[in-house]
Amino acid sequence: MADNAYLSVKGITKRFGGIVAVEQVSFEINKGEVVSIIGPNGAGKTTVFNMLTGVYQVDEGTIVFNGEEIQNKKPKHIVMAGMSRTFQNIRLFQDMRVIENVLIGAHIKTSYSFLDSTFRTARYRKEEDEKVLQAIELLKSVGLEHRKDDYASNLPYGDQRKLEIARAIATGAGLLLLDEPAAGMNPKESEELMLFIRSLKQKGYTVLLIEHDMSVVMNISDRIYVIDHGKPIAHGLPVEIANNERVIEAYLGGVHKDAEDN
Amino acid sequence: MIAQQIFNGLALGMGYALIAVGYSLVFGILRLVNFSHGSVYAFGAQMAMVFIGLRFGVIPGLIASMVLTGVLGVAIDKLALEPLRKKKSIPIASLITTIGISNIVTNLLIVAFGSEKRAFPPLFNSGTLQLGKIVVSSTQIGMLVVSLILMLILVGIVFYTKIGLAMRAAEQNPKAANLMGINVNFVISFTFFLSGISASIAGSLVGSYYQIVYPNMGFMAGLKAFAAAVLGGIGSLPGAIIGGLIVGVSESMAATVLGSTYRDSMAFIILIIVLIVRPNGLFGKKGITKV
Amino acid sequence: MTNTRMEKHSFLYQFESFISKNQKLLLILLAAFLCLLPKSVNNQYFLTVIVKMAVYAMFGLGLNILTGYTGLVSLGHAGFVAIGAYTASLCAVKLGLSFFPSMLLGMVAAGLVGILLGLPTLRLTGTYLSIVTLGFGEIIKMIAMNWSPVTNGTLGVKNIPKPAVFGMKLTIANHGLYYLVMIILIVCTVFCLVLVKSKTGRALQAIKGDELASVMMGINVTYYKILAFVLSACICAAAGALYATLIGYVDPNTFNFDVSTLILSIVILGGMGTIRGMFLGAAILIALPEVSRFLMVYRFVLYGVILVVMMRFRPQGILGWKSQLPYKLSRQVVERLKTAETEEAGDNG
Repeated sequence: MADNAYLSVKGITKRFGGIVAVEQVSFEINKGEVVSIIGPNGAGKTTVFNMLTGVYQVDEGTIVFNGEEIQNKKPKHIVMAGMSRTFQNIRLFQDMRVIENVLIGAHIKTSYSFLDSTFRTARYRKEEDEKVLQAIELLKSVGLEHRKDDYASNLPYGDQRKLEIARAIATGAGLLLLDEPAAGMNPKESEELMLFIRSLKQKGYTVLLIEHDMSVVMNISDRIYVIDHGKPIAHGLPVEIANNERVIEAYLGGVHKDAEDN
Repeated sequence: MIAQQIFNGLALGMGYALIAVGYSLVFGILRLVNFSHGSVYAFGAQMAMVFIGLRFGVIPGLIASMVLTGVLGVAIDKLALEPLRKKKSIPIASLITTIGISNIVTNLLIVAFGSEKRAFPPLFNSGTLQLGKIVVSSTQIGMLVVSLILMLILVGIVFYTKIGLAMRAAEQNPKAANLMGINVNFVISFTFFLSGISASIAGSLVGSYYQIVYPNMGFMAGLKAFAAAVLGGIGSLPGAIIGGLIVGVSESMAATVLGSTYRDSMAFIILIIVLIVRPNGLFGKKGITKV
Repeated sequence: MTNTRMEKHSFLYQFESFISKNQKLLLILLAAFLCLLPKSVNNQYFLTVIVKMAVYAMFGLGLNILTGYTGLVSLGHAGFVAIGAYTASLCAVKLGLSFFPSMLLGMVAAGLVGILLGLPTLRLTGTYLSIVTLGFGEIIKMIAMNWSPVTNGTLGVKNIPKPAVFGMKLTIANHGLYYLVMIILIVCTVFCLVLVKSKTGRALQAIKGDELASVMMGINVTYYKILAFVLSACICAAAGALYATLIGYVDPNTFNFDVSTLILSIVILGGMGTIRGMFLGAAILIALPEVSRFLMVYRFVLYGVILVVMMRFRPQGILGWKSQLPYKLSRQVVERLKTAETEEAGDNG
C-alpha cells in the first residue's frame, strides 16, 4: 500500500531549540480509513498535526498527500489540497453565527471577486446562495441545522465540536484531522461523537484522530499509531495495540493524567 | 564634531533608556504596551517643576515628584487595568484603555498648566568641561551618571531582591506564581510604581537638559522610548539601555547630518526597520506559537 | 452564556424585528427627513455641525473596517485623512482639478499608502502594529510640514474651493454641500453594509475572531489585512477631502494625534464592528463640545474617559449588540429551502 496511500508521512522531525519534539515519525493513511495517533501527554501528537497542516516547519522528512509533497507548504495550499483540521481547544469564530462559521470554512471554495460582491452581480448572488444552501445542507447532516442562526459561543460544548468538524468539512477536505474531539465530553457525548465519526467514514471521509479517550479510539479506529516522547513506539490494529507491552508501559510508566496536552 | 554628537546622543539616549525601562517592565509582566507611559513621564516632569518651584529644594522636589508619579502609575493599574484583568477582557481592551489614560493625563495637564512650554530649573550647577574636542555640560554628565545609577538600582531590584524574584516569576507564569503564594496583583502594582518612578526621573532629567517642560512632551519621547525598547527587545532591561543609547545617538547624528527636521523621524525609521527585520529586537526571546 | 437560544420576547428582538419589518417605510422617512432638514432649519451653524458629524461618521466607518471588523487598532488614521485632504486640496488649488477627480486621486493616494502601511502586518501583531500606525500618523504630519514646495509647509493650503456641480458651487449656505456630504456618506454606508455580507467581510471578521483558525481555513490573512487597510484608508481619504473643502484650509496640525484618537473614540463609543454605531458615536462626540463650554475645554479628557469607561463597562459600544434576528437569507434561498421541504414532506407522505 506504500505508494498509493492517501497520506504518507516519512520520518518527520521537529526540533524546538535543543528539544526534539517529534523524531522520525512515519505513518500512512489510506482513503476511507479512520486512523488514530495516541500517546501520553506531551508525546508530540499535536506537533505532528501542526506539521501536517503547515503551522510548523518540518525539520526533516516528507509528507505526501494525495500524490503531492506538502511539507513546509503554506497552510492555504494544504487546505486547498484537501486536508483540514480541528483544534484541541476549540477555535471557532465565537462571535459569528453557526452558519457564518461554515461559510468561512467554504471561503476557499467561494470564487466570486471583491467587485462581484461590491456590486452584487448575478455571479455573486448565484454563488452566495449556493454556498448558503450547501452550508445549511452540511449543518443538517451534522444535526446542527436548528442552530444555524445561533452564535457559536452560545452552543453547548458537544455542538461546538461538531461545528468545528462541519467547518473543516466545508473547506472541501477529504482528510479530516481531529485533535482530541472527545476532550471534555461526558460518556454520552463521546458515544454520540463516535457515531458521528463513523458516519463521516461512511460518507467517504478519511479521518486522522488524536484522542485520549481509549474507548473512542479502540471503537472507531481501523489502525492505531502510538508515539511516546516524540518517537513512534508501535502501530497496528486496535486489538494489537491494546495488548502491546511497550504501549502499556508508556502509558502506565509515564505520567498519566487528563491535564491539557499542549 | 562627530564625537561631540555621539556624546550628546548618549546623554539623551540614557534619558530614553529610562523611559524605555518603564515600557519593558510593564510589558514583561503584562504583555501589554503601556501607551500611557509617555504621559506619565510628562506628568513626572511637570510635578518636578511644580515642587521645585514651590521651594522644596531640588532633591526633596524630585523625590516628591517620584512618589507622586509612582502613585499615578499604581492608580492607573488599579483603577483601569486591574478590573480588565479580572474580567478577562480581550487584549485590545487594555491597549485602548492605556490610550485613553494617556489622553486623560496629558489633557488634564494641559487644562491645569496650559499647553505652552515652561522653564524647568537646571538640576545641576551649570558649567562645561572641555574633554579634548568635546564640550561636556554638567547636565549631560549628571544625566549619564544619574541614569546609570538608576539602571543599576533597577537591575539590582529585579535580580537581587525578593520582590524582584516575584516579578520575574510572575513574568514567566502569572498563574503558577499565584499558586506559589505570590500576590501577583501586588507585584504588578509594584512594577507600575517602579515604571512611574523611572519615568519621573527621566522627565526631570530630560526637562533639565532642554530646560523646558510641557504637557505634550510625553508624546514624542514616549514614542522614541518605545522604539528604543523594541529595538533592544521589549521586556529586556539591558535591551532598553542599549536601545535608548542607539536611538539617542542616531537621533543627534541625523540632526547634524540630515538637518534638524529629521531628528524626530529617526526613531520611527529605526522602529520600522527593527520590526520588519528583527521583530524580537536585539535581546528579545523568540516565542513559539502554541496551538 | 445561559441563553442558548434567540430570546424571542426580548426587547432587542422586538425592536429589531420591528425595524426589519418596516424597513422600507423607515428608510423613506429617513430620506425625507434628511432631504427636508436644511430647508426647515435653515441655520448655517447647525448645518455645519450636522455636516461635520456626517464627515466624522465617515472617518468612523473607515476605521471601523480595520478596527471593528479586522481587529487591527490604528492610532494613525488622521494620517489617511490628511493624505486625502492634502491630495484633494492640492489638486484643486494647484492643478485646478474639480472636486470629484481630486477626491478620487486622494483616495488612490491613501490606498497606495495603505498598502505600504499594511505590509508590516506580515510580521506584526496587535500592539506593535498600533505603534507603527501611530508612527505613520506622525510621519505624514512631518512630511506635510517639511515638504514645503508641495504642501506649503506649516502654512498649509488655504482657500480650498468648494465643490461645483454643473457650474453651481455647493456651499453650506445653498445646502449643496450638505446634500453632497450626505450622498457620499450614504454611498460609504451602503458599501460597508455590502462588504460585511460577503466573503471578504466574513474573512475580515474571521481574522479578528481567531487569526490562526482563519489561516487554517485557507484564508489569505495577509491579503485581507492589507485590503482592510486599503479600504479603510480610501474611505477616510474621501471623508478627508470633504472635510478640507468644508473648512476651507488644511495645515499639518489639522490632522494630529488628537484626531486619530477622536476617530478611535467614535468607533469604540458607537460599537466596534457595527455600522449604526458610527453615526451615534460621531453625533455624540461632535455635538458635545458644541453643547457647552465646559465640555469644549475638557473634550480631549472626555475622549480619553470614553475609551477607558467603555472598555471597562461596555467594550462592545453603546449600539454594539449582536443581532437577535435569524441570519438573513436571500429570497432565492428561502424559496429553494421551501421547495426542498415540501418535496421531503411529499416523499414521506
